[in-house]
Amino acid sequence: MKPLPEKFIRALKAPVFLLCLGPAFVLTWKGFHDGLGANPIDVITRTTGRWTLTFLLITISITPVRKLSGLTWLIRFRRMLGLFAFFYGSLHLMTYVWLDKFFDVHAMLHDIAKRRFITAGMTAWFLMLPLAITSTKGWIRRMGGKRWQKLHRLIYFSAAAGVVHFIWLVKADLRRPLTYGAVLATLLSYRLITWLVSRIRARRAMATQQTARA
Amino acid sequence: MTIKKPSDIPSSEITPKSTYLTRRKFIAGAAAAGAALAGGFYLRDHLDTATTVHAEGQKLSGIVKSKLSTSETPTSFKDITNYNNYYEFSTDKYEPNGLSKNFRTRPWTVAIDGMVKKPKKLDIDAIMKLAPLEERIYRHRCVEGWSMVIPWVGFPLSALIKAADPLPSAKFVAFQTVLAPDQMPNQKRSGVLDWPYVEGLRMDEAMHPLAIMAVGLYDEVLPNVDGAPLRLVVPWKYGFKGIKAIVKISFTDSMPPTTWNKMAPDEYGFYSNVNPQKDHPRWSQASERRIGEFRKRPTLMFNGYADQVASLYSGMDLQKNY
Repeated sequence: MKPLPEKFIRALKAPVFLLCLGPAFVLTWKGFHDGLGANPIDVITRTTGRWTLTFLLITISITPVRKLSGLTWLIRFRRMLGLFAFFYGSLHLMTYVWLDKFFDVHAMLHDIAKRRFITAGMTAWFLMLPLAITSTKGWIRRMGGKRWQKLHRLIYFSAAAGVVHFIWLVKADLRRPLTYGAVLATLLSYRLITWLVSRIRARRAMATQQTARA
Repeated sequence: MTIKKPSDIPSSEITPKSTYLTRRKFIAGAAAAGAALAGGFYLRDHLDTATTVHAEGQKLSGIVKSKLSTSETPTSFKDITNYNNYYEFSTDKYEPNGLSKNFRTRPWTVAIDGMVKKPKKLDIDAIMKLAPLEERIYRHRCVEGWSMVIPWVGFPLSALIKAADPLPSAKFVAFQTVLAPDQMPNQKRSGVLDWPYVEGLRMDEAMHPLAIMAVGLYDEVLPNVDGAPLRLVVPWKYGFKGIKAIVKISFTDSMPPTTWNKMAPDEYGFYSNVNPQKDHPRWSQASERRIGEFRKRPTLMFNGYADQVASLYSGMDLQKNY
């Protein structure tokens, strides 16, 4: 497939950015128009949480989709999408810190230690933090591509912790969290399969080299 | 309800092939089709309200006030009816209102069986006349950490128990929700809860004056979403004890199974009394968010009804008997 012209990619960035802000915009708009129902804080918590997981999964799916479809330019949007996952994750965390616990550090520490779904959620956010910090070009250069890539595999662990966080907080009916889990599992198995295939290929290549030498 | 959908208008009528190219005729045809459709929809909506008996929304008469009511400001009707758990319809708290709109609450009978002198079936309209209807404004605390103040209309459960005439050997009362998978979408699915929903009380809890059978809300017939036509309200217990759409009441001498306890015994006990000192294993029960309020407020022992009900549990370890 033909690569997209640079101009087009640049032009596309602004609308994609605005689209990613959509959920936050809708939430704010509803908040000012009595549209968040009886328990607005609950709605804000759930919505930001769901979008965090959604953006994590979209970010993770960029590579498989790019490889399967040949739309190589998708990679140019990955950092933005990943940062939006962090953005929604931070809003989600702020909802908890501010609107649920009202900055009561003691209560929060107690929660993190005692409530396993909080532990999992906190883990998911803290795993995103270094990825957000090192998302700049400067950091890629400083770390070197290989090491940077290795570090950014943390996104899989963050998403997994996020799914576990979701599963553990549900009272009954696991459909929603398990849907996220299934998507994540599919994406992970894709990466695993491609990794295995590449290893087998490399080994074969090595074997043929050796036989050629012999 | 036997209302047919307006018959589909054949596409040929909307854009008849023969007149396809004749602009004027096409516009006229489209206008006619549009009018027919609009008319159909109007008729359907109109017939719907004309032929369905909506018990919901009807004013209840002869309601007396009760000294057991709280003086706190009741939560709005809109919030009470648009934010609650009714897993038979949906596990989402915002959805049951719409999904329960056409739930049929007439005819409705409640079977009384088990350890009673004589098993019987009571009609809901007869049940509603068992005792004078009272307004009971109660605090309502959900196990999830939110709360409301709800102006129920109902009568003491003890009145119904007296009418049921249980044997002296009966020690517990068991309640059962209707099984109507054709009307309750989640009852068709597995993996939500065990259907039908069942609940239970110890006899002395059931006979307590605070325990009521609710048939109304805000002086009107109980909305479907809140458990019409008949639900249990036990204000010192977590909300899920208040079983909805009751069709069976049985008397037994052993502790009856309860739905959430079967689902997760370490999280939901038989008693499920509101207790800020006993955390749910996954979250704290020390505070709650009153719907409509921004800040959380501390949760009170027995949901603030300790003076009236604490004696029911004297000598019991409430950390173990949660």
